[in-house]
Amino acid sequence: MQGFLDNLIRHFGHDPATWPWTQFVYLGGMALFAFAVINFAAITAGIFSWAERRVAARMQSRVGPNRVGPGGFLQWVADAVKLLTKEDLVPAEADKILFRAAPYFMMVGFACVFVALPFSHRLVIADMNIGIFFIIAVTALIVVGIIMSGWSSNSKWSLFGAIRSAAQIISYEIPGGIALMIPVMLAGTLSTQGIIRAQGGLPWQWFVFDNPAAFVAFVIYFISALAEGNRTPFDLPEAESELVSGYNTEYSGMRFSYFFLVEWGNMWVMSALATTMFLGGWQIPGVSAATLDAATGGTAVALELLSLAIFVGKTLFWVFVVMWLRWTLPRIRVDQMMNMCWKYLVPMSFAAVAFVAVWMLVVHAVPALGLVMRAIMFVLGVAFTVFFVYRTAQNIRDTGDKFDFTSNW
Amino acid sequence: MTESVFFWIFAVLTVLLAAQVVLRRNPVHAAVSLVGAFFFLSGIYLLLAAQLIAILQVMVYAGAVMVLFVFVIMLLNLKEEEMGHERLTAWKIIGGASIVVTTGLIAYLALGNAYPTGLLRDMARTQPGFGSVKGVGQALYIASVLPFEVTSLLLTIAVVGAVVVAKGKI
Amino acid sequence: MPFHFANVLVFAAIAILFVLGSLVGGHFLRPHNPTAEKEMIYECGEKPIGQAWYNFNPRFYLIALVFVIFEVEIAFMYPVASVYRSFIEKGQGMLAFLEIFVFVAILAVGLAYVWAMGDLEWVKGLKQDVLKAAREAREQPRKAA
Repeated sequence: MQGFLDNLIRHFGHDPATWPWTQFVYLGGMALFAFAVINFAAITAGIFSWAERRVAARMQSRVGPNRVGPGGFLQWVADAVKLLTKEDLVPAEADKILFRAAPYFMMVGFACVFVALPFSHRLVIADMNIGIFFIIAVTALIVVGIIMSGWSSNSKWSLFGAIRSAAQIISYEIPGGIALMIPVMLAGTLSTQGIIRAQGGLPWQWFVFDNPAAFVAFVIYFISALAEGNRTPFDLPEAESELVSGYNTEYSGMRFSYFFLVEWGNMWVMSALATTMFLGGWQIPGVSAATLDAATGGTAVALELLSLAIFVGKTLFWVFVVMWLRWTLPRIRVDQMMNMCWKYLVPMSFAAVAFVAVWMLVVHAVPALGLVMRAIMFVLGVAFTVFFVYRTAQNIRDTGDKFDFTSNW
Repeated sequence: MTESVFFWIFAVLTVLLAAQVVLRRNPVHAAVSLVGAFFFLSGIYLLLAAQLIAILQVMVYAGAVMVLFVFVIMLLNLKEEEMGHERLTAWKIIGGASIVVTTGLIAYLALGNAYPTGLLRDMARTQPGFGSVKGVGQALYIASVLPFEVTSLLLTIAVVGAVVVAKGKI
Repeated sequence: MPFHFANVLVFAAIAILFVLGSLVGGHFLRPHNPTAEKEMIYECGEKPIGQAWYNFNPRFYLIALVFVIFEVEIAFMYPVASVYRSFIEKGQGMLAFLEIFVFVAILAVGLAYVWAMGDLEWVKGLKQDVLKAAREAREQPRKAA
């Protein structure tokens, strides 16, 4: 982004290194981008809340939102307007300062993640050389916001929800963090763009198919991300059947909507991170990153848009998988959740790091082995997908898809 | 110029929030102020070109240690009457005096020749990757292999010790 | 590099302004007539009994302790992981591998210890409590007799 702003200044006939207003242009540019990105996050979160209800309706044979706009698409706008015009209640018994401050912590922690999260080949706010480490660090602020909101509400439900949520998020940060170390080892850099560049456009060039341990790391990361985002099957902190609504029970109106926004926006963050770290990011099949760098004029714009489309497509696919899991799996118990983290995911992620360390040594000695492993992993992946689609199709054929879901649209 | 402006913003906010940690009667308010103080402190680390330390400050202190603090606060859960009264005792006067003396000494040393200004910035300029995650990684591999492994041992002892102590008390 | 981190600051500021702006803007749109019932803390329609700020289960505290230590360990491993590849390319891979391996192995011992001591069991404490209470309940009538 700095390069973009420099070019802009040069375009107006100034030298960015000496022009006294450079830093103000930087500041204005940053503020503009920040505002755009935060609004993007808010709007995607809104659209996801609509999409989630439609997906739920389709999966569970019920009617989703279908009145406001085509297919109920504008439902999220209606929801936003409703939340904006609702009364903002602060309980008399609550700790008022912290109660009001908690949403700010949530939003800051959530917005800062987007600084290092790429969108396409050139579209990244700041390609930090500590990118992924930074993302892991700032998500910690969300935990602070959750604890603050739960504690300050002075409600039993809120407190239980907050403590459960905090314990769950911090537990799953360990396997998640160790799993993300594997792409870092393979790429040899912490920069998110650097990690994407170390992969390729074709599936067998992705880190997820690099070796078995990397695949395991991907699964561990995905499970941990689900738990950190309080998504089903790990939605114990807001289990509506036992805790009303968890840590945000006492919040209403606009203040409630920020918790909502962060939760749905997190789906984008976790999916985009999975795409970046394991699934090749914005890499276009058959076009190397060097070609993208060298492209100029119309070709550059076209390739840029293509890379953006590929990144967004992959991310939206994983967002769909997250929704799919939510409406397929039942909620697990607290002890199961803790067991899974400390007894399965943490030892497995340690083992995966050790395996990748060995594997990188082996591949360095015999480079052909790396290619063979990638090929085997890719073939296995394709075989599994084909088998899965075949079985699903067979199931649908056997039971007979009798319901005409489309009539609700 | 810009750097010193940011330094003063971060420094003043850090000190203000750190004072809140001590002055607040409510322990949870103190813990939240602590998070803010850590956050601005990490900004000062960034100005010193110590990116890794800055990130660790946010990740370990503002994230992990803060959660631990809040859990401890809620575990003990002191009532208002258990916290004692606000009154001036001899110990508090001694404590206040020692804080003033220590701060004065540190300020005196920092302004003297012990810490030449701009040293870290010069190092950051001359040595590529100074203070960055990779730079520290290189250093951990080459210069400090033994301390690195001993850290691991220390962490293991910490895990075991924490669990043993916690089990004895609770 | 300072540019990148300045971005973080700007993002944080804009996020705060975003929340503040929509709350202040909403202030003119939303009604505000609180009553005692509305401002009551929700406890399923009943009048709330006491405060919610009471002691809770120490298991959460144990989890947080173990978490802090593993978080520090992750913080130590990231710098090393990020240079592992360059060391392999320099031909010092074996040394680097041994270093990582020893580090992970020593920590794995810690995890194994916690596991073996049963501190990762979530339900264990509960069971003991329940068993003790049940035992006492059995012995109580005997003593009384």
